[in-house]
Amino acid sequence: MRLASPETYAKSFVAALQEYALLCGRAIGDLFSKPRYLDDIFIQMDSIGVGSLPIVVLTGFFTGCVLALQSATSLKEFGAVNMTGRLVALSMVKELGPVLTGLMVSGRNASGMASELGSMKVSEQIDAMRALGTDPIRKLVTPRIVATVVMLFFLTIISDSCGTAGGGVVAVGLLHLNGHTFFTTAYLTLKMGDVVEGLVKPLFSGFIIATIGCYYGLKTTGGTRGVGKSTTQAVVASSVAIILMDFLVTQLMIGIFGR
Amino acid sequence: MTEIMNDQEAAERIAQGVPIMEFEKVCIGFEQHQVLKDITFKVAHGETRIILGPSGGGKSVLMKLANGLLQPDSGDVRILGWSLQKMNQREIFAVRAHIGMVFQESALFDSLNVEDNVAYRLEEEHVDRKEIHERVVEALCFVELEKAIDKFPSELSGGMRRRVSIARAIISKPDLILYDSPTGGLDPITSNTIVELVVKQRDVSHTTSLLITHRLQDAFTMATHRYNQELGHMEKIPDGGIDPSTKFLVLNEGRVVFDGATLELTHTEDPWLKYYIS
Repeated sequence: MRLASPETYAKSFVAALQEYALLCGRAIGDLFSKPRYLDDIFIQMDSIGVGSLPIVVLTGFFTGCVLALQSATSLKEFGAVNMTGRLVALSMVKELGPVLTGLMVSGRNASGMASELGSMKVSEQIDAMRALGTDPIRKLVTPRIVATVVMLFFLTIISDSCGTAGGGVVAVGLLHLNGHTFFTTAYLTLKMGDVVEGLVKPLFSGFIIATIGCYYGLKTTGGTRGVGKSTTQAVVASSVAIILMDFLVTQLMIGIFGR
Repeated sequence: MTEIMNDQEAAERIAQGVPIMEFEKVCIGFEQHQVLKDITFKVAHGETRIILGPSGGGKSVLMKLANGLLQPDSGDVRILGWSLQKMNQREIFAVRAHIGMVFQESALFDSLNVEDNVAYRLEEEHVDRKEIHERVVEALCFVELEKAIDKFPSELSGGMRRRVSIARAIISKPDLILYDSPTGGLDPITSNTIVELVVKQRDVSHTTSLLITHRLQDAFTMATHRYNQELGHMEKIPDGGIDPSTKFLVLNEGRVVFDGATLELTHTEDPWLKYYIS
């Protein structure tokens, strides 16, 4: 196998970035002109949002459980075990809820989008759609972006709630802490900036998941093997992009809210 | 552009004798490999143009250029006189409303049943649901597949999928139909059924069409047969007659090596063409 020269690699990377930016631009632009595929948006909302609910609930709940167990052990050493609720709530709302939900939805839906669109691409269904007078970006990409952004926002709220509840269950059931103290400290510790930070992240994550999933799907070549490759690339790229975005948004929010 | 590519303007241009499709010095290549070189030809209204040539000669690329699915590196592709190169994406989508296309592997939407596949274009145009159903049944009757209306593509044979693909292409009564190897990969009997459908569409609806085929016998069957509407089947044109609306375009190594009528092709003196059609 011949290795690509750094120049070729850099050129192909920049070209891919350009294609991705164009896809994003066109998909967003299609929001502001007709026709709009509202049916497809609701179908995708059902598939992405309702379909992802079980994994998001379970992931959120058990993350909260583990967080309560781990933090209580450390906090006990400082005689601050009553702060467990505060730590669980802050961690879930600011960081773990948005990021873990993003990663879970990415694993489930970026792969689903890449494989579905990739299969359509290799079987000429995308070309057929264009030949029948339908813009595939308008019909396939834009509804997925809208659906993922909207549903990930609500899934993150559910995940945060389940995580805090999971922490509460462990705190009361296993650590024998006072439930009222747990939830009161959890509630009182959250400030507007924390909630905004936790709710801004899924908007970016949703956009990343849908656009990367669709991008890799639409550029699929090479038959069924190509579909598998696109699916893997979509999950890897969207997961890395979510973590990177998390870092940048956190930095921005610390700059804005000072915490 | 959406305004100028309306049905009335299209009908006026057809009446004025503007070619339905025109390629002028079209060139296209991929990764330093020139696929089509200086392709120039016209397709008049009502004409059936059969495109022949060895595999890898650029026939499918030519078909995608005709529908604006690909853009040429140079030259001009015109539909009813309107240049596809001067249009934006939105305008090209409007032009495609006048063109039906049958893909090599049918390209049916596998998540939709036959009815929704055939109805796809009408659904996009927000036609009344009752009318959509009637027109779908009519199109499926044309391809003799009305019993498969509720089936999914995965439940159909290769020949049935091609017939559904033809029904999907003709449902909007387009001005031009592009058939990309409609008989490719099918057995001779099924191929004959597809050829009969193409001839039926030609003789009943007089739709202009471009057809790629690798099977010379299919091409010559189309040139020497007609559809008898009274008897409901295809028959040989009497006295060795040739259908005047069927013409040929032969491509070899990305160039046009023949552009003309059936008899000109069968009486060619070109050694390569003689070898190819023998």
